[in-house]
Amino acid sequence: MGAMFQKDQGLDAGASVPAIRLSHVSKMFAGVVRALDDVSFEVGRGEIHCLAGENGSGKSTLIKIITGVYKPEPGAGMEYFGKAETSITPNSARGHGIAVIWQDLALFPEMTVAENIGFDTLLGSWPRLVSHRGIRETAQAALAKLGLDLDLEARLNTQPIAVRQVVAIARALVSDARLIFMDEPTASLTQAETDHLLAVVRTLSAAGVAVVFVSHRLAEVLEIASRVTVLRDGRLVGVYETQGMTQSRLTELMTGKTFDMVVGARDSSANRTVLEVKNLARQDEYEDVSLVIRAGEIIGLTGLIGAGRTELGHTLFGMTRPDRGTTCLDGEVLTMRSNRDAVAAGIAYVSEDRLALGLVQPQSIADNLVMPVLRKISGRGGLLSRRKKGDVVGKWLTDLAIKIGRSEDAVATLSGGNQQRVVLAKWLATEPKVLILDSPTVGVDVGARAGIYKIVRKLADQGLAILLISDEVPEVYFNTDRILHMAGGRLIGEYDPRRTTLHELEVAVYA
Amino acid sequence: MRSFIRANPTETKLFLVLVAICLFLSLASDSFLTLGNFASLLNNNSVNVIWAVGLLVVLIAGGIDISFAVAASVVQYLCVYAFEAIGGGNWVIGFLVAGALGIALGFINAALVHYFRIISIVVTIATFNAMFGLLMFITSGRYLYNLPEWWTDRVMIFETQTAGGWVELALPVAVMAGAMTATWFLIRHTTTGRQLFAFGDNPEGARRAGVNVGLMQFIAFGWMGLMAGIGGLIQANIVKEVVPNALIGRELEVLAAVVLGGARLGGGRGSVLGCFLGVLLVAVTQNGLNLLGVSPFAFKMVVGVIILIAISMSNLELDVLVKAVRGGR
Amino acid sequence: MKALYAWLDTELGSGAIGLVGFLLLVVMVFSLATPQFLTVANFGSMAFQLPELGLLTLAMLMPIISGGLNLAIVYTANISGLTLAWILNQNGGVDAGVPVFLLGSAAAVAVGALSGCVMGLVIAYVGAHPILVSLAMMIFLRGLGEFLTRGGDISGFPDFLHGIGHGFILGIPVPMVIFLIVALAWHVLLNRTRHGFSVFMVGSNVRAALYSGIHTKRTLTLIYTFSGAMCAIAGILMLTRFNSVRVGHGEALLLVTVLACFLGGVDPFGGFGRVAPVVLALGILQVLSSGLNLLGANQHLSTAVWGLFLIAVMILRWLAPDRRRV
Repeated sequence: MGAMFQKDQGLDAGASVPAIRLSHVSKMFAGVVRALDDVSFEVGRGEIHCLAGENGSGKSTLIKIITGVYKPEPGAGMEYFGKAETSITPNSARGHGIAVIWQDLALFPEMTVAENIGFDTLLGSWPRLVSHRGIRETAQAALAKLGLDLDLEARLNTQPIAVRQVVAIARALVSDARLIFMDEPTASLTQAETDHLLAVVRTLSAAGVAVVFVSHRLAEVLEIASRVTVLRDGRLVGVYETQGMTQSRLTELMTGKTFDMVVGARDSSANRTVLEVKNLARQDEYEDVSLVIRAGEIIGLTGLIGAGRTELGHTLFGMTRPDRGTTCLDGEVLTMRSNRDAVAAGIAYVSEDRLALGLVQPQSIADNLVMPVLRKISGRGGLLSRRKKGDVVGKWLTDLAIKIGRSEDAVATLSGGNQQRVVLAKWLATEPKVLILDSPTVGVDVGARAGIYKIVRKLADQGLAILLISDEVPEVYFNTDRILHMAGGRLIGEYDPRRTTLHELEVAVYA
Repeated sequence: MRSFIRANPTETKLFLVLVAICLFLSLASDSFLTLGNFASLLNNNSVNVIWAVGLLVVLIAGGIDISFAVAASVVQYLCVYAFEAIGGGNWVIGFLVAGALGIALGFINAALVHYFRIISIVVTIATFNAMFGLLMFITSGRYLYNLPEWWTDRVMIFETQTAGGWVELALPVAVMAGAMTATWFLIRHTTTGRQLFAFGDNPEGARRAGVNVGLMQFIAFGWMGLMAGIGGLIQANIVKEVVPNALIGRELEVLAAVVLGGARLGGGRGSVLGCFLGVLLVAVTQNGLNLLGVSPFAFKMVVGVIILIAISMSNLELDVLVKAVRGGR
Repeated sequence: MKALYAWLDTELGSGAIGLVGFLLLVVMVFSLATPQFLTVANFGSMAFQLPELGLLTLAMLMPIISGGLNLAIVYTANISGLTLAWILNQNGGVDAGVPVFLLGSAAAVAVGALSGCVMGLVIAYVGAHPILVSLAMMIFLRGLGEFLTRGGDISGFPDFLHGIGHGFILGIPVPMVIFLIVALAWHVLLNRTRHGFSVFMVGSNVRAALYSGIHTKRTLTLIYTFSGAMCAIAGILMLTRFNSVRVGHGEALLLVTVLACFLGGVDPFGGFGRVAPVVLALGILQVLSSGLNLLGANQHLSTAVWGLFLIAVMILRWLAPDRRRV
């Protein structure tokens, strides 16, 4: 990354009629919640634009208003390619060429690539004859616009996610999209795949299609977009040129707070070794991995997606078995046949997918908290003790300062940051010796992140050995004692935050 | 040929198993490999196939329906009275009346699923029992014998004499072929059919794309209802009487056959060919067991085991097995 | 009073208050409709009939909470009953003694548990859909049963069984006593054991439960094993009540167990459900059935009523979803 990408200005945004121009857009829910307050928004034709803001800042609401899913409060001005509209429906938005690619892609895994791309030609309540050849041709034309070639007859669920992303974009093009919103498009892509996607976006921009990125990946966004609109708490903070904008300045604008990023690295070389891994290897995932984590130490493991970090984390947690190599905990060799063995040995793992894997969303906060420690809250006759459960739940809610209504409430009612604290509490209740955190602050507001980092440092002070896996380089730089760089399944570098600058590290990782 | 095999692995496997069973049976018994036997197999299983292609559409759309056998019985009964009221009737009227009644019953299921967001297994368990209870209560379980002649007369489509005896293909087989063709055309060559696949595959994605989700439910259950009604009509043609509780129980065998043929309870998958092969597999197995002198009471056992093996096989692809052995994933 | 209401609400959960109210209402309606309803004889008869349905419902309850379904409960019950019948017949038939009965019952429970275990293993380790697996097992057991009995009845059992199927303990019918004890055990199993806890978690999100250290495969296997064992108890009870075993006995009850579960507040998508409201729901259904019977309606009308009732219950739940859940 870095200097490799040119900022693409597209067509001069001011010279011609903009793709969309919104002014005085407000939205209230239930007459009380002000999701948007007098926001204006403008995207030029062929412009690559970023929409930035924390969770709850109003980004999705704005997109839903633009696409006709919500109606704005009276007094809003909405212009689509120069044409003023007083009321927009999903169909009329589509007619103007507005398309949204949501994070879950909304594709059909059992259908072929061609049918997915050409799906809009299959719509309509009255049955029509399907021309399979026609669909193939439509799909090919859309892919040609992107300069790409795919196996049209393959079932979509046999294709990797990067291909599916392209399919989603191609599908938007079939309906003659002239402005495409992309919600977190690079979240699950490897670096190579991200590069390809960004190249596709630039092709679109050159062809006059505007693209609006909604993304947490500030570094990427600053590289590819020409302007960024920042929302905070439903209000417009401002519209900025990305040239000259830094991540920290952007973060400040998004949160309204300045964060003093201080290197927190400590020297723990004198402490005893807790986890020692030697020459761990697993086919197609990682190879020749050796590392040491000492008590009280926070080790960062960073690298691009596809480097093998999560796969390594899964093996350390007992969910997968390595082909070769040994893992030792407190000097004893561990053979783990399942993650239950890992938990019993004292290894805990906070998954990167909090919504689907980290918590059972419909169930109560209390139940989620005690899930891995059912034995500990068992009393007479092997039955679960309500008293013990209450004690454990109460202790951890207090210790981690988790704000809740009642502990019987579903965990889904909590904010992202509080949910993550519940996940931490759950694992800490197992009294682990090693805590593996995999992308622990994804989807957590920048403001709430500081709280989580504080907790992690406090845990280290109490003697825990912590492995922090993250692809956000600043996150590992400021919060760990040592940083391991993994690429292509191998550990290729080790850095001390006190002796390396953030910039040097970023260059090493993104090179 | 190769691309067919690649695109339709389940149907190919099923076909090979069927061929294997046929080979085995032709060696084990003299009377199996005769045209007469095959013809009677087709005649006797045509109603099951008609129902299977109806159920297939519901499964593709992501739902399930176990009320169709009862619906068929209700339609049969109503048809008798309807034809009496008209004073006779003929096959055209027969198809129209039976089809319309079946569709109406299917629409009840669709309405309950769509407007009240009740999952289809619960809806169809309920309508199954509501319809069956009412049918038995109102009719007191009475058999109906005096059906119009046009209805019960055996209509020959094709007949020829061979060394082994007569080979006859009757009307049920033609109707079966028609139902199969119509369903195949619907799901593969109409936009509505493709939307059904999409809806079963990813209902939320389909909704966002602009698919009319209510229409999907009504078409899926409506098609099933149509097939239920026509199946009932043909069944009466075969057995020449209407018995209200005769068809109950067959819904689960038909479901098993459709699943054998590659349809998935989660929706988005399935083919007419698979349905046909699935029904045929079960029928050939039972036919074979019969010819081999195995007690009829053992048939169901064998069918149950076959289904269990088939489900397990479709879930356990070979590479998944290998991975599981390798590393606990 | 308010405290009592609140305690009842948390303890019994899921609108149990509403169910108690509905039960009283139905009792009142039928008491007014026919003088034979509010009699000792009728209540006695209901108390004898309910346990059969109740045990099968409990067998269905655990799979539904885990997000699945067990379509094989009736035939599992009958196969288990057949096992007991066979052991009794092999050891004297009408003259068999109590030890034989106990042995036969143990064998019956083992058979039920075994068939449930097979289902559970396939569901857990192969990942097949519970509806299809239980459907396959149902067809298989039905075939097995018909094969062994040639479609007929098996009878000729010792007289002391009459004391179980038709006897009283402290004025309460024995089957009801058995049912209440078993229901209590089921309640404890679901709410106070690690297995029960796992059932709820698996029902809501099996992958997340796995990540959190729950032995999901063992939980799933046990769910269907317990379900099968429960079916066996039902089968034994049916044998003592009818003094005969027939493979297809109780076919119509499959629907009613599902109905009782949903009426009792179990979430059709899994993850939530309690025993007490389901027992209340069973009471309501039994009153409906007996009441209709006394009014002269035949069995089939009851079946139809139950079907329509299930639809009505689901519509009501759509109109007023459980406010406690997100």
